[in-house]
Amino acid sequence: MGIALYRVDERLIHGQVVVGWGNQLHPQRIVVVDDGLAGSGWEQELYTMGLPAGLATEFVDVAGARERLSAWRNAPETVVVLTRDVATMRRLGEGGALAGEEVNIGGIHHAPGRQEVLPYVFLSRGESDELQALARDGAEVSARDLPGTRRVPLDHLMLPERFR
Amino acid sequence: MSSLAPVRGVLLAHGDLAFGMADAVRQITGIGEEALLPLSNRGLSPETLSQAVLKLVGDQPAILFTDMQSGSCSFVARRLTQQHPGLAVVSGVNLSLLLEFVMQRQLGLEQLIPRLLSRGRAAIGCTPAELEANGHRAVSG
Repeated sequence: MGIALYRVDERLIHGQVVVGWGNQLHPQRIVVVDDGLAGSGWEQELYTMGLPAGLATEFVDVAGARERLSAWRNAPETVVVLTRDVATMRRLGEGGALAGEEVNIGGIHHAPGRQEVLPYVFLSRGESDELQALARDGAEVSARDLPGTRRVPLDHLMLPERFR
Repeated sequence: MSSLAPVRGVLLAHGDLAFGMADAVRQITGIGEEALLPLSNRGLSPETLSQAVLKLVGDQPAILFTDMQSGSCSFVARRLTQQHPGLAVVSGVNLSLLLEFVMQRQLGLEQLIPRLLSRGRAAIGCTPAELEANGHRAVSG
């Protein structure tokens, strides 16, 4: 019980999380850490439509999430923590708050300024630096889109030198 | 968006599902991309998928069909309806529902949507029929 997965995924709550990881981890709660969504009721409603019964959701900003990390870790339920970008996970883990925890990079897609490092992970130079900072703060960063696929460690997620 | 134009359909789904379903619709009715345009979310961020949908919709009333209600396709589609009043979302589609759509798309959204939902729900069944009566034995998850 407690937090079973920390995941960075631009799509937040979606099929891979609900079905793919959901069938493996059986979470009772999904926590979305996002400063914008925490204050947007209508967007929260869009994300939670059609979720399986018994799966609770919570939308909190980074400051609130840092205060509640300990409670989620000790919760009698299984929790999944999602952010939609690397920067938010980095802020969540600042100062070692995620030390010893595995942070899963699950889906960051192509956008201007990003380069492909895996078919489902595209990173900008800034995002690459943020991931390294997260690791320096003690988190174990790796990529894996689904539970059954290969875990790709951080040192395989670095941008080629020509993009740095 | 013009209310006189026939409703356009965009089918957003995971993997190649949208292309397969659109192909089945065309095989059965002879009606293709003039009515129903398939789109995969594979490798697309929510923002990129939104832009791709809007490009396909053009300046017509449209229904965005999606495969699963809690997936990223549905999220993108529902978000677009907040910004574009001529759009509606129908999630959890099946072939019967799509066939009804391409045959009846001259109807406006207000008439068309309840008709599609009714057709789609009615199309789900099982054989032997008595197994359906075992619903009390079903487990969730």
